[in-house]
Amino acid sequence: MSASGYGELASRLLEGSGASVFDEVELERDDGVVLRGVLLPRPQYGDPDVLVLKLPNGYNVGVDSRRVKSIRRVGRAEPRLGSPPPQPPLEKGLPRVHFVGTGGTIASRIDYVSGAVYPHFTAEDIYSMIPELESVALVTAETLFNIFSEDMTPRHWALLAERVAKVFESEGPSGVVVAHGTDTMGYTAAALAFALRRLPGPVVLVGAQRSSDRPSSDSATNVLAAALTAVKAPFAESVVAMHAGLDDTKFYVHRGVRVRKMHTSRRDAFRSVNAVPLAKVELPSRELTVFAREYIPRSREGVVLENGFDERVALLKFYPGMDPEILDFLVDRGYHGVVIEATGLGHVGERLVPSVRRAVEEGVAVVVASQCIWGRVNLNVYRRGVELLKAGAIPVEDMLPETAFVKLSWVLARTRDLREVARLLLTNVAYEIDKRSEEWYYPPLDYFERFLAGGAQ
Amino acid sequence: MSVRVGLEIHQMLDTREKLFCSCPTSLRRDEPHFRFRRWLRLARSELGELDPAALFEYAKGRSYLYESYIDATCLVEMDEEPPHPLNAEALETALIVCMMLNCKVVDEVHVMRKIVIDGSNTTGFQRTALIGFDGYVEVEGKRVPIATVCLEEDAARKIEERGSEVVYRLDRLGIPLVEIATGPTISSPEEAGAVALKIGQLLRATGRVKRGLGTIRQDLNISVEGGARVEVKGVQELELIPKVVELEVQRQRALLEIRDELRRRGVAREQIEAKPVDVTDVFRDTGSRIAKKALAAGGVALAVKLPGFAGLLGRELQPGRRLGTEMADRARYWAEVGGIFHSDELPGYGISEGEVSEVRKLLGCGELDAFVLVFEERRKAERAVEAVVERAREALDGVPPETRAANPDGTTRFMRPMPGKARMYPETDIRPIRVTAELLERVRMLLPEPPEAKYERFVKVYGLSPELAGKVLRSYRLDLFERIVEATGAPPQLVASTLEDTLVELRREGVPVQNITDEHLFALFDLLAKGGMVKEAIPPVLKLLAEKPELSPAEAVKQLGLTPLSPEEAREAVRRILKRMEGVIRERGEAAFGPAMGAVMRELRGRVDGALLSRIVKEELARVAAGG
Ligand SMILES: [Zn+2]
Repeated sequence: MSASGYGELASRLLEGSGASVFDEVELERDDGVVLRGVLLPRPQYGDPDVLVLKLPNGYNVGVDSRRVKSIRRVGRAEPRLGSPPPQPPLEKGLPRVHFVGTGGTIASRIDYVSGAVYPHFTAEDIYSMIPELESVALVTAETLFNIFSEDMTPRHWALLAERVAKVFESEGPSGVVVAHGTDTMGYTAAALAFALRRLPGPVVLVGAQRSSDRPSSDSATNVLAAALTAVKAPFAESVVAMHAGLDDTKFYVHRGVRVRKMHTSRRDAFRSVNAVPLAKVELPSRELTVFAREYIPRSREGVVLENGFDERVALLKFYPGMDPEILDFLVDRGYHGVVIEATGLGHVGERLVPSVRRAVEEGVAVVVASQCIWGRVNLNVYRRGVELLKAGAIPVEDMLPETAFVKLSWVLARTRDLREVARLLLTNVAYEIDKRSEEWYYPPLDYFERFLAGGAQ
Repeated sequence: MSVRVGLEIHQMLDTREKLFCSCPTSLRRDEPHFRFRRWLRLARSELGELDPAALFEYAKGRSYLYESYIDATCLVEMDEEPPHPLNAEALETALIVCMMLNCKVVDEVHVMRKIVIDGSNTTGFQRTALIGFDGYVEVEGKRVPIATVCLEEDAARKIEERGSEVVYRLDRLGIPLVEIATGPTISSPEEAGAVALKIGQLLRATGRVKRGLGTIRQDLNISVEGGARVEVKGVQELELIPKVVELEVQRQRALLEIRDELRRRGVAREQIEAKPVDVTDVFRDTGSRIAKKALAAGGVALAVKLPGFAGLLGRELQPGRRLGTEMADRARYWAEVGGIFHSDELPGYGISEGEVSEVRKLLGCGELDAFVLVFEERRKAERAVEAVVERAREALDGVPPETRAANPDGTTRFMRPMPGKARMYPETDIRPIRVTAELLERVRMLLPEPPEAKYERFVKVYGLSPELAGKVLRSYRLDLFERIVEATGAPPQLVASTLEDTLVELRREGVPVQNITDEHLFALFDLLAKGGMVKEAIPPVLKLLAEKPELSPAEAVKQLGLTPLSPEEAREAVRRILKRMEGVIRERGEAAFGPAMGAVMRELRGRVDGALLSRIVKEELARVAAGG
């Protein structure tokens, strides 16, 4: 297959005619149809021997290369990108906000000839997409990585934490906004919360559930809410700012250690678990309201960075019938720690208990969080819990399993002494543990009933 | 003067599910269950390429309120979930339409996103795919080219505008449409009507499209020699098409005459300037209600001179619509003002002779000069003047290319500037679909009977009169007719005349026949075929169903007391009635049939078949007359 993505048949046809992608071509099909248009690269999926042509009316159509009687190059198409954005007029004395790109797209330009979408991450592009920012902040921007969020690793967390610390130290912005793909945003936000021990302003992670190349993207309003948080928040924590509901008017700021992506596609996919959101931002009023009774305030002293994550940590979900060899395997392979997403209050099958004991004996930290997501683990209530405690497992209260995983990785980079590991894990560093489970942490079940009253059949 | 017309027909398909999700394809009348608010945006770097209308809408900074139903819209319509794969049933229908229109079909379907930022699509684009092209339809011996057949999703329904917010309802969003565009070769109003009729018939013949008002929309591209291409949107009534074309020809012709007159008068573009003069002081004590109200609210009176336009602003272009009306339309669109006054209609509307001459003096108007007056808040008034001046300048070129909306009387009004080239890019959430030989073969088996064959069958097999057969064929209830006959076994003649004559007559009488559902009609003919009612009961039963749609036909028959009598019961009843008339009958003999039948009908109408009743009355009369 050639770089254009076409298969053998199509490639041979194109070579024979001297036409290549982005050429304007005229072709005749076996039924006498004559089509003229721009030859586009083949999308990754589908029949690689079907040519894709952009017709003058803007439509793309597929033409089977087996049916092409003749093809002729008639010219070359110039890409039609939106013009580069102008430098906006900025108000004097605006607070500064630094944007760090990791691969999520905030602004993009579409080439209406090829259909390709190019992400852009200059300050100009960000202003162009979100002109409201002109009266909010003086924006600077950089691209740190250009990867999918599912390709993030603990090494990326460390690089990002280092960069954020550096930006705060050398440029003194009001806050830093990190554009991040939504899939693993919660993990990265938690990692930053542990690594950045003291900050002059918040680190706000933001993303989009609908891609930025569409007019309805949630990217722009989310970013605006994130920038407003960076400028207005009294807190200096690692947070996530995303839609609070279906409306483009309300946004919640969640603690990085408490937030979880709870829906595959909705704008309001992010929820605080075992906590209420830290704050909300409203549009168009641009008001920020803090909900939390306490938070880590902006510090006037220097940045404290405790960086580094242990990559030999696993997150394991227990399921009925789980083979203990899976845990044995991790121990044999030299893993330093495992978080088990256990059932209910923190249980696993009987067969696993000896493997847990063996892991601990070999110096591997075994941490227990719950796959219930909401609530607190407690290993004192049932026999199995007691057995796990005796085997040396560390229950981590109401911490999210993902947060427990990130924290264990961070803790193991500081110490391998299991006693010290347990102590650090259970020490509240960034509000990842709450000793009190408050009623309003858990969303009501009967939400759907309001629609019955509204007349839904 | 020759005219060139192209048609663009949008037809809703009657699929089980929507084009990109599994929601039903029916519209709702009940209150929505929930609402949400959104904005749409484009990067400023992209705005430069946007067409002026879209840009203008965008610049208004509008928010959109979407109304939804738990059971009729899902996360796909809400733009909260990626689209599902293209509906195969809809693609099948589009391919059938392509074949009926002799189109060539693409080898692979690519769904595109067409940027639409008026909020009518939650995504900010409409999904559309080109399926067929290069076809033709034969109309009265002439081949009219079909340029393209596209499959696309319908937009949300606009419910209202509230200030800077537009309210849309999502039930319609995503219903599949086929869009058929003819070449611009239609050359008369009548032909435009005939082509639309023919395409409509072909679509209905598939039995796979929706029927009823709003399910088919026709757009017209009309250009008159020497004029410009004007797009007329949203003609819903087929009958209106020739009228719209005719009136548009008239309008363009009149505009060309105005252009010529302006040239004769030596009016140059530079002379028409957007230099409004503040004439608020002239109207301090005005008798005009509108002026008084606007000034009291802090508004101003702005006047602008239109040199050489005297007498032309009041010239009629279409019945009741003048050049001045077109200027007012523009001012309403661009400046959102209530309206304007032009000098050809003044003095009037409470504005006095004295005020007019004062304004003329302040503007320095000569005899051939006209002026336009706006009473509004200053910024809006200034924008209105600019819009008016722009339209006046365009008068020098004759016909401005623009998009117009059809009025119910066939006249048109300015809707928006002609859209720029559509901005399309691939819908990457949906994979291209290969149109295989097997798929085309399967679709070929689904092709409906051609109208000519259908007509033959209706006359020969169903026994419809040529006139009634023609009526049924042209009707949007064609498909319903066939399904009822097939499902119930009711006499085709009766089904046809009920659908095509009785319902029309009832509507003329003001009966709300739109409340009668297809289900009502199926049940009614089923009841009839099973002897549960007689055909004479059809009109009163339909009338009652229209008024109380919650009833079933059987319940309606019962409520009206129209339960049929057996032949024995009928004879019994006839004897009882005739007994009361014994004297007359003996006296007049057979001549008493008229009054006797009348008396019998008064009591038994709708409960006994008419022919049977007449026979019984004849027999019983003979018996009485014979002294039996
Ligand atoms: Zn749906």
